[in-house]
Amino acid sequence: MLSLLFDQGEPGRGSDFVAPAGKPEDYLSAGLLRAGLPLPDLAEFEVTRHFVALSHRNFSVDTNFYPLGSCTMKYNPKLNEAVAAFPGFADLHPYAPDDAAQGALEMMWTLERTLSSLFGMEAFSLMPCAGAHGEVTAMLMAKAYHRERGDEKRVTCIVPDTAHGTNPASAAMVGYKVVSIPSTPQGRTDIGALRAALDDTVAVCMMTNPNTLGLFEDDIVEMTKAVHDAGGLMYYDGANANAIVGLCRPGDMGFDLMHLNLHKTFSVPHGGGGPGAGPVGASARLAPYLPAPRVVKDAGGVFSLRASDAKSIGPVRVFASHFIALVRAYAYIIVHGAEGLRRNSELAVLNANYVRAKVKDILTVPYSDHCRHEFVCSAEVLKKETGARALDLAKGLLDAGIHAPTMYWPHVVPECLMIEPTETETKETLDEFVEVLRALVKQAHDDPASMQELPLHTYVRRVDEAQVGRLANKGIGLRWTGEK
Amino acid sequence: MHAPHTDRDVREMLDVIGAPSLASLAAPPKGLEVKTPFDVAPALPESLAFAHLARLAGANSGARMTSFLGAGAYRHYQPPAVPYLATRSEFITAYTPYQAEASQGSLQAIFEWQTYVCLLTGLDVSNASLYDGSTALVEGVIMASQATGRRRVAISRCVHPGYRAVLDTYARGMGIEVVELPVGADLSVDMKSAAVKDLVAGAGAVIVQSPNFFGCIEDVAGAAALAKSAGALTIQVIVEAMSLGVLKTPAESGADIALGEMQSFGLPVGYGGPYVGFIACTKEHVRRLPGRLVGETHDVDGRRAFVLTLQGREQHIRRELASSNICTNQALCALFATIYLATVGAHGLRSIATANMERARELRAAVLAVPGIRPSSEAQYFNEFVVKAPLPAALLIERMERRNFLAGVDLSRWYPDMPDALLMCATELTSREDIAAFTGALATEINDALAAV
Repeated sequence: MLSLLFDQGEPGRGSDFVAPAGKPEDYLSAGLLRAGLPLPDLAEFEVTRHFVALSHRNFSVDTNFYPLGSCTMKYNPKLNEAVAAFPGFADLHPYAPDDAAQGALEMMWTLERTLSSLFGMEAFSLMPCAGAHGEVTAMLMAKAYHRERGDEKRVTCIVPDTAHGTNPASAAMVGYKVVSIPSTPQGRTDIGALRAALDDTVAVCMMTNPNTLGLFEDDIVEMTKAVHDAGGLMYYDGANANAIVGLCRPGDMGFDLMHLNLHKTFSVPHGGGGPGAGPVGASARLAPYLPAPRVVKDAGGVFSLRASDAKSIGPVRVFASHFIALVRAYAYIIVHGAEGLRRNSELAVLNANYVRAKVKDILTVPYSDHCRHEFVCSAEVLKKETGARALDLAKGLLDAGIHAPTMYWPHVVPECLMIEPTETETKETLDEFVEVLRALVKQAHDDPASMQELPLHTYVRRVDEAQVGRLANKGIGLRWTGEK
Repeated sequence: MHAPHTDRDVREMLDVIGAPSLASLAAPPKGLEVKTPFDVAPALPESLAFAHLARLAGANSGARMTSFLGAGAYRHYQPPAVPYLATRSEFITAYTPYQAEASQGSLQAIFEWQTYVCLLTGLDVSNASLYDGSTALVEGVIMASQATGRRRVAISRCVHPGYRAVLDTYARGMGIEVVELPVGADLSVDMKSAAVKDLVAGAGAVIVQSPNFFGCIEDVAGAAALAKSAGALTIQVIVEAMSLGVLKTPAESGADIALGEMQSFGLPVGYGGPYVGFIACTKEHVRRLPGRLVGETHDVDGRRAFVLTLQGREQHIRRELASSNICTNQALCALFATIYLATVGAHGLRSIATANMERARELRAAVLAVPGIRPSSEAQYFNEFVVKAPLPAALLIERMERRNFLAGVDLSRWYPDMPDALLMCATELTSREDIAAFTGALATEINDALAAV
């Protein structure tokens, strides 16, 4: 078992990083100083062994197939990492004067223009740090827009049950009341139910297209028109944008606001849960409300950060962007061009449909249409026949070195597995995945009890989540304390 | 292009799918096809893309200048072990550790990060990270508002103005009233006047930053006493985390919530991000913490294991009743900070923090020795301080930039009553040669500027 850092080391171990500068009390009154600093002193080699050992306990895109639905775990090109580390980017202070940051500003300006063109928006703000941050930014913009028009009775946010999971919490942050819309047997938002929910209290409708079933909302133009006619705004959650780049545009569908996850669609690595970047796009009537500052270019070709527009909601973080994440996305875009990006989306759709076609005779695949970049399948029949659940299949995949798909989301499909292979996987990998799944289903029939034992070969096996939750409620077990 | 498909692969896969062509399989519904060409530059071969980005990076002359800029982004030494270990494929290309069996590396690292945040702040519990210090402030305000049931918070005007601007953006949308406590003598928050008592009455939180935006160390304990008497929580904002190596902890000062920025621990200034926000609090508020939390448990074989816990607070389970909407956070940046703290240890952190104080005092003394420069405050400080120039700070900064120095931050941008004030920072990377060259140039420029008037 690997010790925690805090159970390793000895006081006095470790390198010297600076020339001796005396003691803290040489510079400050004793009353301002902390009583102790209880951090471990470790040799660099101990630290290295520790973190290399930890890294071996992770699945990752570079080591494992990772078909996690709606997360777009595509390959992260190494060019991105090399350019992100350039000292001209890494060592640039956010308060450096604009004339000493022209390269950074040019990149941001070009990226904003490129995203606007690809997604049919008037403008983008590059400020939001992640998808959920983009969502709440857009909700703040919607609220400011309605307030500006004196239309403050709009307090409802409509969210279909196949929209991205973060949407309700983002809407609630600005005080919107969330109304859920069911989907049809065809896996699309029920336009009749949507129409019935529309009145003069609707502020915004948040949709994901393709939705989290991996299906395109065929009535999208009609739906955006209906919401607009009722005075509401349309918000596009870009979680599934990898299906549409270069093929169609949220702006053309009628969306007023949208976000992108640069860590999904544009190959910024997910980092074990961030950092990402969640730029927000806006149509012409919403663009004045975008967060400030934004990059502008003058007639002489000089770039600057413009502090604020009169209608801007203001900043949503202290500095202008997750700049180094933007560099990675920009690198991805310039090696692909619009054609390459479109081809990637097409191949993402191809890979998903290929797995879907081959999984059909193993598990239930609801909805008869071709999917987009992801699809869902159900283990409900398997559960009835054998007792094995989607969870058990997911854990069995781990033993084969395959990351589990997204499970039990969306709720409209019972015992759901949401599979998104992405375009960067080979046909051979997809074939192998299908065979592993087939073998697991066979195992469920042959020896149902064994399924609950899976996984057998991961670094730890199934963990006790109930006990940790009970203790955590009291603030226990969330940190090292030194107690045994 | 990184998709591996050959034409033959595509044909075979289409046959299995039963689709006639790739274009028809992926096409949008009729009428939504893109009709005009995209305004996107043609694809570049990888070597040319590399050269293009090298040109853009090279066009940032500010990255090569001798810098005395701080104000929320600090240039510190990054031990090479930090990026070497943190950017391993297994960390950088993983996702949020939902599958505990496949993510023990990330989960244990987050547990260690949570522990470091607690040890540094002295508080009981911490989460897996937030986007940055400014959004951490917003989350802290939401926590305090929920804990007290009060929709008003009182914040010191000595808190980073960029942080306060972000809070204002959210507060307008969330219906939270923000009142500001004035800047007092010596560039520290005024906690004594009668007006302040009125401002704090009825507030859910009293928010102070220490060291504050002007570099001064605040009387956080005094603010906490005032907050407590008014039934408010005390939030201490920490923007320069390096100060935690030597300064009294938020817990020792009586803060209920500590939050802020840990960019100083191993992350580059990177033109503003990504950095890593942190938040810590006393046990009683654990269920109000936003975002991911990792807890210690065991697996079915009794082996120690780590797992995401209290997910009942989070957006994907609790939907519109969640404590926050945050999902993706800053896991990799938190890993950088964790490896930084492991590498430097207590001994290293204390000595690096002390070196910051030494260099800042050498810089301040040398700058104050330049004719015309005056001090703005005699308060005790960590590694930043404010001086007054004999000409508008903006003009002096511009002159110094022409000599390849980033002299400091012009405070008049946020404080119009401080037209000549310059916020300066020194770190352990500020050399004595830098200070000598800078103050020499500063004397010349001030002399020339005054002569030109």
